[in-house]
Amino acid sequence: MTRNIPATLAELREGEEACLDRIDLPEPEARRLMELGFLPGTRIAAARSSPFGDPRVYRVDGSEVALRRETAARLMVRESPEIRGE
Amino acid sequence: MSNVPSSSAVVAARAPETSSASRTVALVGPPNSGKSTLFNRLTGLRQKVANYPGVTVEKRLGRTSLQGQDVLLVDLPGVYSLEPRTEDEQVTHDLLRGRMDDVPKPDAVVLIVDVTNLGRQLTLAGPILSLGLPTLVVLNMADDLKRRGGTVDVDALAEQVGTPVALVSARTGEGLSAVGEFLQGALGVPRPVELPIISNVPSCRQWSAEVGKRARYRNPLPSIWTRRLDGVFLHPVAGPLIFVMVVLAVFQTIFQAAVPLMDGVETMIAVSGGWLQSALPESWFRSLLIEGVWGGVGSVVVFLPQILLLFIFIGVLEDSGYMARAALIADRTMAKVGLEGKSFIPLISAYACAIPAILSTRTIANQRDRMATILVAPFMTCSARLPVYTLVIAAFIPEEPVYARTATMIGLYLLGFVAAVLTAAVLKSSVLKSARTPFMLEMPSYRMPTLRSIGLRLLDRAKIFLRRAGTVIMATTIVLWFLASVPLQNGEPPEIAESVAGTIGRTMEPVIEPLGFNWRIGIGIITSLAAREVIVGTLGTIYGMEADEGSLELQSALQSDLTLPGAIALLIYFAFAMQCMSTVAVVRRETGGWKWAILQFAYMTALGYVCAFAAYQILS
Repeated sequence: MTRNIPATLAELREGEEACLDRIDLPEPEARRLMELGFLPGTRIAAARSSPFGDPRVYRVDGSEVALRRETAARLMVRESPEIRGE
Repeated sequence: MSNVPSSSAVVAARAPETSSASRTVALVGPPNSGKSTLFNRLTGLRQKVANYPGVTVEKRLGRTSLQGQDVLLVDLPGVYSLEPRTEDEQVTHDLLRGRMDDVPKPDAVVLIVDVTNLGRQLTLAGPILSLGLPTLVVLNMADDLKRRGGTVDVDALAEQVGTPVALVSARTGEGLSAVGEFLQGALGVPRPVELPIISNVPSCRQWSAEVGKRARYRNPLPSIWTRRLDGVFLHPVAGPLIFVMVVLAVFQTIFQAAVPLMDGVETMIAVSGGWLQSALPESWFRSLLIEGVWGGVGSVVVFLPQILLLFIFIGVLEDSGYMARAALIADRTMAKVGLEGKSFIPLISAYACAIPAILSTRTIANQRDRMATILVAPFMTCSARLPVYTLVIAAFIPEEPVYARTATMIGLYLLGFVAAVLTAAVLKSSVLKSARTPFMLEMPSYRMPTLRSIGLRLLDRAKIFLRRAGTVIMATTIVLWFLASVPLQNGEPPEIAESVAGTIGRTMEPVIEPLGFNWRIGIGIITSLAAREVIVGTLGTIYGMEADEGSLELQSALQSDLTLPGAIALLIYFAFAMQCMSTVAVVRRETGGWKWAILQFAYMTALGYVCAFAAYQILS
């Protein structure tokens, strides 16, 4: 059932969503992201990007936060269907 | 209200009468929770905002008097946690623990959160409640919650957090009486409730989710308007196009719409000056008053309508939430020069004034990025340059074709931006090199700016501008008038060229001649080291003293002093040179020493000189 394809937030296309697995960044930055709602286990949806494609806005925990692609690439996600049943 | 620190929200003043307040209450909350709106609601016009070095700047103080109970409200910067990692968080952390010299430890805390996203916003409640201070939890944006179909049981929530809770809308004023009652009522310490591990974010978030659930909180539907508007403003084609159109509209309005207003102010000054002239007997004092004060300060005050127009635009852009989108659109450029995306926001607010911009770099966690942003912020075209630019452009750039003047103005704004970005690129690839810090920027929901909030900003701005006119500018023009009136020759004031001021100007003439400037402009460059717009006042005074009858119109007088290449050189010099002592003082304080402040001053002035030189030599 669980297709364990490693993926990052940066790979999500607009409108797709996934569940955050872990943040591959040093503690201070990871903590900042967590304060903005990027907690492991949270569902994140990719929304619009800047007109130039980067950064992209993500919907997370009721708010919208823009991340650069380089940052989003450090946020590991699980495929979301598993957590849909919440 | 927006994520972008508003130009006035970051700036603050020391309230001299701090000690007389019987009660100090701190206003804490995450960014975008509507903290400043609430603060403005509660304090009205009694808040103190200043824009000078030497005043306390990290917080805003305001007082409100409720049935005899005098309350000192402290508006703290928006924070997501109480872990002191950025300067902003440090200020909040220190103040709440009573470690500030100039503000007493708060007697109570008002925690304000955006109720449309209660779960996440209440993450801050754990750390705040654990302080053990009497606390009121204000759930703001009740109107939004209701409109979008969300609900919350306020009493049940109060039960859960062990402290009073008020559901309000700071924008409409709904429910604010409860906040007033708390501020003046008997303060009770929160009833002990189970709190999360406050240093652990997941624990705090889980706690707030649990509290929300027990308070039967139902999430509102997402704001449809925000999504629709983002569909337009972030559209690959329409987005950048609108961005450019907004910029064009702003400048065109500043030029066109301001003219009748400025004419009005000009007439008022001329009429009152004429009245004084005929009412007072002829004396050196009348001459000082008419030529020095009226000619000098008056020619600067004329620009008040224009500056206020600029601030209407800045206010609307900030309050509506568009500024965060602009930061998003501009981020690619920032990334290219190695700056954190967050640096864009201080750079944007530097369009108002470099000082609040430099203070707002306190939200940047990376010290090297923060330093680079401080060093380049004064290149951004601040509102003090506006009078200089307008005067020179109006005197030298023809009205036809229609966009010539606007284009010149935009060109100057771009010039400042390019200088800032290139300097940042050089700094970030050399002395201030650092690992890239992740860019994270919360996109606030779009909101309709209120007349009230824009009005308060304009009032603040007008106060700051007029205070500057009445202090710095008045002082320099008076000193200038005296220097231009001595030494007396046969008991009569000398020709200005022969006066002390004229001698100073003529002594430096060889240095500025290659830039196309004469000694009068030279005097202006020296006096405007205090503040850029002083040059306008200085020229007003000099021409006023030289004119035989009445004062010559500033523009036409300037035309006899400068050629077109010289005028362009002057514009370029003012675009780059650091003609602002207040900024130097703030940079010294924020960077912790004279080193960077002096380097920055020398670099900017040298760049201004070299580029003005090149422009004049090439064009003439």
